[in-house]
Amino acid sequence: MSAAAKSPSIERHTIAVLVDNEAGVLARVIGLFAGRGYNIESLTVAEVDHAAHTSRITIVTSGTPEVIEQIEAQLGRLVPVHRVVNWTTAKPGIEREMALVKVSGTGERRVEALRLADAFRARVIDTTHASFVFEITGNPDKIDAFIDLMRPLGLADVSRTGVAAISRGPEPM
Amino acid sequence: MDRTGTAVEGVARAGAVEMSGAQMVIRALKDQGVKHIFGYPGGAVLPIYDALFADDEIVHVLCRHEQGATHAAEGYARSTGKPGVVLVTSGPGATNAVTGLTDALMDSIPLVVLTGQVATHLIGNDAFQECDTVGITRPCTKHNWLVKDVNALAHTIHEAFQIATTGRPGPVVVDIPKDVQFKKGGYVGPASIRHRTYRPKTDPELGQVVKAIDLMANAKRPVFYTGGGIVNSGPEASALLRELVKLAGFPITSTLMGLGAYPASDPQWLGMLGMHGTYEANKAMHDCDVMICLGARFDDRVTGRIDAFAPEAKKIHLDIDASQINKNVRVDVAIVADAGKTLKEMLHFWKTQKRKVDAAALAAWWKQIEQWRGKNSLAFKNSDKLIKPQHAIDRLYALTKGRDVYITTEVGQHQMWAAQRFKFEEPNRWMTSGGLGTMGYGLPAALGVQMAHPGSLVIDIAGEASVQMTMQEMSTAVQYELPIKIFILNNQYMGMVRQWQQLLHGGRYSHSYSEALPDFVKLAEAFGAVGLRAESPRELDAKIMEMIEVKKPVLFDVRVDPKENCYPMIPSGAAHDEMILSDAEEESAQVSEEGKMLV
Ligand SMILES: Cc1ncc(C[n+]2csc(CCOP(=O)(O)OP(=O)(O)O)c2C)c(N)n1
Ligand SMILES: [Mg+2]
Repeated sequence: MSAAAKSPSIERHTIAVLVDNEAGVLARVIGLFAGRGYNIESLTVAEVDHAAHTSRITIVTSGTPEVIEQIEAQLGRLVPVHRVVNWTTAKPGIEREMALVKVSGTGERRVEALRLADAFRARVIDTTHASFVFEITGNPDKIDAFIDLMRPLGLADVSRTGVAAISRGPEPM
Repeated sequence: MDRTGTAVEGVARAGAVEMSGAQMVIRALKDQGVKHIFGYPGGAVLPIYDALFADDEIVHVLCRHEQGATHAAEGYARSTGKPGVVLVTSGPGATNAVTGLTDALMDSIPLVVLTGQVATHLIGNDAFQECDTVGITRPCTKHNWLVKDVNALAHTIHEAFQIATTGRPGPVVVDIPKDVQFKKGGYVGPASIRHRTYRPKTDPELGQVVKAIDLMANAKRPVFYTGGGIVNSGPEASALLRELVKLAGFPITSTLMGLGAYPASDPQWLGMLGMHGTYEANKAMHDCDVMICLGARFDDRVTGRIDAFAPEAKKIHLDIDASQINKNVRVDVAIVADAGKTLKEMLHFWKTQKRKVDAAALAAWWKQIEQWRGKNSLAFKNSDKLIKPQHAIDRLYALTKGRDVYITTEVGQHQMWAAQRFKFEEPNRWMTSGGLGTMGYGLPAALGVQMAHPGSLVIDIAGEASVQMTMQEMSTAVQYELPIKIFILNNQYMGMVRQWQQLLHGGRYSHSYSEALPDFVKLAEAFGAVGLRAESPRELDAKIMEMIEVKKPVLFDVRVDPKENCYPMIPSGAAHDEMILSDAEEESAQVSEEGKMLV
């Protein structure tokens, strides 16, 4: 992309897309990103209003400001899309992600894992003599940091939800 | 999400008329005002073909290949402003339609393509002639649907027409499983449509319109750069464009897709711009201080090297599709709206605010432009031995001037010569594959045009290589007595490929010679059409007249100079002021390594 070549500043943006909950709508969004060479760092999707038949897709993406502008415009073109909001530029948003983190080990490492989990406010949701499963919620950077700390302590498995985002204040999206 | 894509469910509506899904298809087409459809039958659409059999209003044109059907529908749409309708079967029928869908998407042509699908209970089982049609066509349609419930069928077809024809037009696919065609359900009419999400924006923001005319009024070196959006907006947009351009007195150029929106005979017309545009159009684009882009999209064929594109210009960009704004080129004033509506407002403000142009600056600008025009960049050296392709087009133009003519083209040098030399005075008269550059477009497109305009003279300006890609549609022309004229500039080469190999690959003409060409005259006769051939400039005029007068489809084999190149040319990766004007200049032309990477 020529615009990208000119300006090398890559930014990370969180974009919410409110869509009509019809089969294939996720494929349209993902196909758009794949077909036009945009990045997807994380993606979450679920129905948010059963009666109104709407789903919300939250995408964390990265690109130059020009590319981000294109991403928003291209999403806006998709027929089943109600709204597109960029939480990074248009409105101040809050982001949260949840992760389940399995740490296997015994002795000193196990004690240290539990101590760190406590500091991160991660909850223990499964325990054996040789393992913990932690549930941790926070912004993606916090989860990255926690996972990095668990690595030398016997990190065995990670499952992350991707980002959910919402605006601050009383207004809806 | 299930892989079957957009499955539509519906509920039987009160007051709806009961009928089979197949009957609904026909009824919906009629309620949408459809008179002609282009198609090809097969197992998965037999119920619809049966319903068609029972109907005597809709004319079905049986093409010889589903690609041909889609291009015919494109020609029909482009020449009438109405949507083109296609009916094909599942599996190979649908996959054969993909080229036409992509072509229509790139050039914003409204098509409604109905595809048969295997019965709903077989979907996902690799059934005979099953393919994931909505999956395959998702990236090459504006929208598509798989209709799994007969009670949603009528509504979906109406919605399909609405989406294909409004906003930025484009192709849509409605995939209809065979059991849905047999089932009975409730039919609803077009009035039932109010889409849940789709709201194309067509009214301009007036503040932006005023900003645009501010820039125009203060311009010293302005240029209008217009595109297919004007044609798509309808004939009124072309009329308003003419009024505005006249009022302002500015020069105007256009993209390949926009030809005819402004009359080529007018002195303010600079000719087409871009890779094979005129010297004056490209120089004006490069040196302008205000660019008024209306319904065009800064395509790479138009801009050339993007960082050297109109470096001093303030740019106004009108487009109905918001995603085109700032996509390739950053602009100063953006207007997302319909072209006709915006032109109306521009004229309104220009007149009521009594705007004046900078007359002295404009006079100097015109003086400069006349100097560029003096280069006569479309000139060529004629010959009395060989038919020069440019000469052939000039004669075709001269001998058809004043008639009711529609031109389609294939893709290659002949297409560019046609665009450069044939003078279009009206919109909707020029049908060519711009965005996708699809060889094989022109012949079937001519069929579609002729179907819509039975009494008109419809000519496909063709290359001998392109025309072989969809040649079988001559059979369709003969069957439906469509007297299309296929004017083949036969240079025995894929001329455009040969030209690039000469410029970029040291004259190594790898697989670009059209060997073992058919005898086009005999081929025409085999189809039951008329074959003509001209080998020397002396016989050209008489043969063209013969072609025009024959009331049958014609294949005219015009043997032209095999080595002629198409100039001017801006090589890929070069700027507007780095044009090559002739073979002599080409020898010294340097194409950068980066430029060679570009198509
Ligand atoms: C379907 C398709 N395949 C390949 C190409 C690449 N291509 C562009 S022009 C061209 C040669 C066209 O030759 P011809 O029809 O004889 O036209 P000429 O350039 O000689 O006028 C080719 C192969 C294309 N545009 N479309
Ligand atoms: Mg050729």
